[in-house]
Formats: sequence, structure tokens, C-alpha cells
Amino acid sequence: MIEIRFHGRGGQGAVIGSEVLAHAFFIEDKYVQAFPAFGVERRGAPVMAFCRVDDKEIYLRNQIYEPDHVVVLDSSMLEAVGVTQGLKKNGSVLINCKRSPNHYRDLLGDEYQLYVVDAASVAVEHRLGSPSNPIVNTAILGAFSRATGLVRIESIEQAIEEYVPVKKENNKKAARAAYERVIKA
Amino acid sequence: MKQVIKGNIAVSHGVKLCRVKVISAYPITPQTTIVEELSEMCASGELDAKFIKVESEHSAMAGVVGSSSAGVRSFTATSSQGLLLMHEVLHWAAGARLPIVLANVNRAVGPGWNIWADQTDSLSQRDTGLIQIYCESNQEVLDSVIMSYKLAEKVSLPVMLTYDAFFLSHTSEIVDIPEIEQADEFLPPYNPEFRIDINNPRSFGGMIGPDYYFEERYVMHKDALEALEYYQQVCKDFKEIFGREYDICEEYRTGDAEVIVVAAGTITSVTRIAVDRLREEGKKVGLMKLRIFRPVPVERWRKVLGNAAKVVVMDRNLTAGLGGVFASEIQAALYPIENKPMVYPVIAGLGGRDVTPDDVEGIINYALSNDEPTDVPLFWGLKE
Repeated sequence: MIEIRFHGRGGQGAVIGSEVLAHAFFIEDKYVQAFPAFGVERRGAPVMAFCRVDDKEIYLRNQIYEPDHVVVLDSSMLEAVGVTQGLKKNGSVLINCKRSPNHYRDLLGDEYQLYVVDAASVAVEHRLGSPSNPIVNTAILGAFSRATGLVRIESIEQAIEEYVPVKKENNKKAARAAYERVIKA
Repeated sequence: MKQVIKGNIAVSHGVKLCRVKVISAYPITPQTTIVEELSEMCASGELDAKFIKVESEHSAMAGVVGSSSAGVRSFTATSSQGLLLMHEVLHWAAGARLPIVLANVNRAVGPGWNIWADQTDSLSQRDTGLIQIYCESNQEVLDSVIMSYKLAEKVSLPVMLTYDAFFLSHTSEIVDIPEIEQADEFLPPYNPEFRIDINNPRSFGGMIGPDYYFEERYVMHKDALEALEYYQQVCKDFKEIFGREYDICEEYRTGDAEVIVVAAGTITSVTRIAVDRLREEGKKVGLMKLRIFRPVPVERWRKVLGNAAKVVVMDRNLTAGLGGVFASEIQAALYPIENKPMVYPVIAGLGGRDVTPDDVEGIINYALSNDEPTDVPLFWGLKE
């Protein structure tokens, strides 16, 4: 089983992002489960969302405590919550930020695969949200596809087409652009 | 067609497939998205039903009591305090023998204010006369809506199907959504013998004195018991058309089990994992999943649990001053049998606290290593 944990702030689309990712894995004939950390969602507050993927039916129903992969939609979360808490050794961390990946290597240590992508700029270029509040979820899923190699970018694009209600084309293009721009530390 | 959907959306699809004619509901977290989806289906014409907006859950239930009395298939949904506000009308719906289906998303009762999973809301309605069905997955939620109408309309009693807040209501997973033709074949149009009809006036819900109230309640009880028999037929018919198998309760690796865990809702899923792990260690453990809880399948429970040495009952609910509702009723059911198993009542996961496979493993190991329970009930994971 693969377990993926999303960290973001309310309004960035972490919950929908986890659902679109589950949908993309479903397109590839996997069993999937996606759910938010069950809170009272508020704009700007830290949120978590989860995605499980397996080749067989998933009976696990609790939150993800030991993820294989972590997706960080907002780099300020690195100071606010322990995004690598429970992350498996050699697990991956994908961060939306404008900084060089080496900055985070110092912060997070050598135990994890580290990737960064400027998903905020990608989102703004594709008119997803505003410069002060970009909606980065679809962009970062494109980066996730490239970074982990677990799910094809075409499946992400198809999931966006089938699942995202608005700006389908912009979201698909953002996913593809972030796929091209992800940087490995 | 298979889709990745949330439990609440699964309910809405079930309602649509049953060609429900009247929906009346008031929004409450975590039920809200059920009725959001249904109101959109009604507005777009995808579902040919009347959506009645109301100012409270009491009115929502009263609304479907009215429509069901007029002889049309009716649906409502709620959670927690909303269900409690319906309480009086639930008694009315059952006493009036109306085959309404109600989806309740199990949510804790406040205060303290808590929107997370807890079965105390539905279990506090156990004496209303509603049939209760507990679900473990989004597929089971959808299928249970369809089966519930079949059962309700046969025995003329309302059915409440119920499932955990967030663990199902807001969790997306794969659901096979049946075709409308399959649903039509399984569930014929509702055409009751008695209905409010201005061309054929009758009296409904009138006074009934000490001379007949007693017998009327006896008949209701008998019909509730008959629902147990009939539900098994419903499950059989369902399997023939839809291919999925259900029963009044479900057994998992119970055959030679010395310890059997009894659970309802999503705790069942994590218990499956714990049972598999302990089986690999050679421990003889199994699971009995509760599905139908009112009426109580006493004979089946005795048959499944009677040969075990120990029975662990997981209650995500609390009746303060006694313990868990399921444990209490399992103990009552097992009381008359000889060499009855030792019952270990456990309270776990109140107010939506996670119950993990490790938790269930720990609980089973506690039962294995103690000849009798040390605490009745045991509050698992209680903070100091």
C-alpha cells in the first residue's frame, strides 16, 4: 500500500487535490481512498488530506501516520507543523516553493527524497487563483507524477478532466507545466 | 459503473436509483452533502422528486410522514442533534407504519460540540420502532438504500441506515453504481394498499384506547421480527441482480475462533486487518459484523458467538452509567445459553477518535490474556 499525506492551508485545494490524485490512480486500475483530516475547514488554517493506493481492497480507515510520500502545498507549513512526522525513510517530500531545494535539504536532513516546484507561479500563469492566493493543487499533482513516477501525467490530466468542475484546460496545462518544472534536490 | 465517490454521494445515488418521489431534509454537518446533491438532482430534473425545504429536522421528518402517508416513496437524512430533534416524529413514523428511509450519518452528540463519528445518536433511537442498519463501506451504504426500501415497503416500517461521520461520509472510495434497470427490476413502484386519498377518505392516526393499543403494538413487534426473516430474502434477491452479498450480520474467520470481536461501522474494517494479523500469529480470532440491529437477530448472534470462549464488543457509543449499547444487548442475547462466552465490553473511538488495527490488536490481546474483563466496560486509549 502507498500512503500519501497532503499539507496545506484552507483554500489551496489540498482536499480536492487528494481526491483528484485518487481518481488518477483509479484510472490506472488501483484501489484508492481519499479523505481530509476531519476538521472544521477554515480558509488559511493548516489542513491535511490523505490518499491511499493499493492493488487490493483497502480496509484501513484511520488517518495516515506513517506516509510514504508527503506533498506540501505551502512552504510556510514547514515551520507550522511537522510535515515529515512519521514519514518513512527514503520517502519523498514535494514542496511548492520558489526557493532552491538545498534550502530544505538543510532543514529536513538527508533521510528523504526531496523535490521542489514553483507551483504558485505555475498556478498564477494559468489563472488559477490570484497571485496572493494561488490554487496550486492541480499543478503540484503534475509535479508529484514526475517526482515519484507512481502515476502517469496522462492519468492526472484525465482525472482533472473528469473530476475538476471548472477551468479544466487551465488545470490540465498547469499540471503539465509543473510536471516539466519539478526539481530534485 | 465504477466511480470514486464519498459515502454521502453514494446515498444520493441510491435515492435516485429508487426513484424516490419526496425528499425533505434540513442540513447538518456531516450529512449536508447528501441533500446538497439531492437538491441539485431535483433542480436539474435528473431526479423526478419534490424537494421540500424546511426549517428544522422535526419538520423534515413530519414532511416525509405526510408524503409517505399519501403513498409516495419518501426520503430524509440527518445526523446527531438533528436525529434527536426528529425523535418524536420517528415514533410516529414507525407507529403509523410508514416505509420511510432515513440515512443517518453517525455523529457525536453535544455538548461538547463534536462533529465526528459516534453511534450514540442512532442508538439512542433504538426504541422508536425504526429498523436500524449499520454500514461499513460506501458500496454498502448505496446498496443499503436500495435494500432498505424493499424491506420497509414489505413490512411497513421505516428504516434508518447509518454510517460513520467522515470515515465514510467524506471519504472517497470506489463504488459500483448500479444501472437504473437493475434497480427497477429489484424494486417495483411503491403502491400501498392504504393512503391518504381525497377520493377515498379514511381516518389515519386516530385515538386507540386501552382495548386495542396493546394488540396494535404486539403486531408491530411481530412485524419487526418478520423483517428479520424477510431481510434475508431481500439480500438473496439483491445478490441475484446486483451480485453483491449481504446478510443480517456477517461472519469473518469465526469458524474455529476462540475470541470473536463484535463491531459495527468502520471499526469493522480495521478489525478485519487486526484479525488477519493475529491469525498469522496462530491466534484463533474472528469478527462478527453487526448489520441489522433493530430488530435484533438474537438467534443468529447466539449461533455465531455461542461456541467462542470470549466475545469482545466494540462500542463507539456510550450510555453513561451503563457502558456500550451493543455490549449490553449482546450480553442479553447470550444470557440464556449454556457455557456462554465471557463478554469483554470495550468503549473505543468516541467522538471520532481514530481506532487503528494496532488498537484492535491490543484489545484482542487484552481479552486473550485475561480470564475475565478487568474493567466493565474497558475505555480503550483513555488519556490520564
